[in-house]
Amino acid sequence: MQKASAKLNHKSRAEMGLKMNSKKKTEAEVISQQKIGDEIYDMWIRTQLAEWAKAGQFICLYPHSESTLLPRPISICETEQGKGQMRIVYRAAGKGTKEFSSYQPGDKIAILGNLGNGFPLQQAEGKRVFLIGGGIGIPPMLQLAKSLKETGKAKSVSIVAGYRNEQLFLKEDMEKYAPVYVATEDGSAGTKGNVMDAIAEKGLEADVIMACGPMPMLRAVKQFAQDKGMEAYISLEERMACGVGACLGCVCRTKEKDAHSHVNNARICTDGPVFDAKIVDI
Amino acid sequence: MNTRVKIAGVELKNPVMTASGTFGSGMEYSEFVDLNKLGAVVTKGVANVPWEGNPTPRVAEVYGGMLNAIGLQNPGIDVFMERDIPFLQQYDTKIIVNVCGKTVEDYLEVVEKLGDCPVHLLEINVSCPNVKEGAIAFGQKADCLYDITSAIKKKAKQPIIMKLSPNVTDIGEMAKAAEAAGADAISLINTLTGMKIDIHKRKFVLANKTGGLSGPAIKPIAVRMVYQAAQAVKIPIIGMGGISNWEDAIEFLMAGATAIAVGAMNFINPYVTEEIIAGIEGYMQENNIEDIREMVGCV
Repeated sequence: MQKASAKLNHKSRAEMGLKMNSKKKTEAEVISQQKIGDEIYDMWIRTQLAEWAKAGQFICLYPHSESTLLPRPISICETEQGKGQMRIVYRAAGKGTKEFSSYQPGDKIAILGNLGNGFPLQQAEGKRVFLIGGGIGIPPMLQLAKSLKETGKAKSVSIVAGYRNEQLFLKEDMEKYAPVYVATEDGSAGTKGNVMDAIAEKGLEADVIMACGPMPMLRAVKQFAQDKGMEAYISLEERMACGVGACLGCVCRTKEKDAHSHVNNARICTDGPVFDAKIVDI
Repeated sequence: MNTRVKIAGVELKNPVMTASGTFGSGMEYSEFVDLNKLGAVVTKGVANVPWEGNPTPRVAEVYGGMLNAIGLQNPGIDVFMERDIPFLQQYDTKIIVNVCGKTVEDYLEVVEKLGDCPVHLLEINVSCPNVKEGAIAFGQKADCLYDITSAIKKKAKQPIIMKLSPNVTDIGEMAKAAEAAGADAISLINTLTGMKIDIHKRKFVLANKTGGLSGPAIKPIAVRMVYQAAQAVKIPIIGMGGISNWEDAIEFLMAGATAIAVGAMNFINPYVTEEIIAGIEGYMQENNIEDIREMVGCV
């Protein structure tokens, strides 16, 4: 940080703006889109942001409709670095995401990224790692598995994926990087039940967990990790407005004072979305 | 071409500022916006002690806008003075600190601590709809507004801007009360109290049940209230409420605002403040307007 007397001029800021990792709102082009499950869509977009995206980070997409103004936070599923390609897999649940699901190749879309901290890959070094994804929390596990394979530092990686039914979206993609154990709510594939049931049934073991999914799953993961004395890194979500840490809309309770407001409320968009499970009250 | 305007003797290079609570203390948005270009940065509300705010969900989208019930989460004045003011001092812009409190004493404590800080103006938040005690209670009755304004005015070393609530019967009467009590300027509107219900869950969407409505949906109400306030008082007005582009900004100037603030739109377009400044300049050039002040209250 510069001294108070030295006013930052526009040029230095512009130079800062060019650095990697900087956040920006930019236009992306839809490369392809297909439906891969009930209301689950798989979209590849062309954007420079793909070049420095990290597993576990997210982008915000802005619907074109002016009745739906706020950006929609969506996790990054996969990137093809060097090609400027980014993949998002999302559920068309509301007005905004339903609009996204209608986009065709060549369509333009405004996005803000890359947001959030991402999973701590260094915590996997020399360890057996569980990647646990539930439902629409599965997509970020793909890039995470890919990145862990690329770095090659983990002792082993096992993916545990919880689905509603036999629509096992992204399973084959994830299998390129690590074995995938499946649980389905209706028992139509893999273990009947949830991800914790699959771990128990298969007798799986690990040293560290990285997880994304619905809150009940994350609570179970946190409890499991606590019981076994394991580390766990969990990705949280909350309704957001700005996505960059200014509005204080998306907070979660933390054990310690947070850095921003000193009130035990971390900002999911900027302090997270990935947190050490020990430090958050969920 | 002159885009400078004056609020209580403080000259802004242009009339565009940020609305409190939508821009932090500028840090987060400095990655997108050149803060040097802004007329002023208005900070998130700061109290005498840290406030943890409301439970989540704190935000919800509604047609053409959003509801928020953050509850004024803030780190308290001590951390703010150590961290946020030095950050803003790096930039060639005016610093306006938004002050909140639950009691008159809370406000006075913050105002007194800010007395010796390099802060240009204080904006007093007596209009947050999301905090149960204090805050809006001071801003909904003319006599309460008068009392808190005069109490703060006695202690404040910087000029004070009273931020008014639109959730009142007669905005002109509130503006007059602030002026009579010695306010140097007024800003309006804060958010309108709203509610959203999830019909599938049969539950309120916001944990706080109600929240403040902002965004383009509220703009016509804000323009009307700025106009009414401008008719009622002589002190300068900072207009805000649903401004999303330069045309909106000019509309507020013409309604009688000396300066304007951009709020929720920062979330939708992080570059919007700079774009509005450029847009105003373009409009002035095209229409041969020499001085921006020609437009203030011109309708």
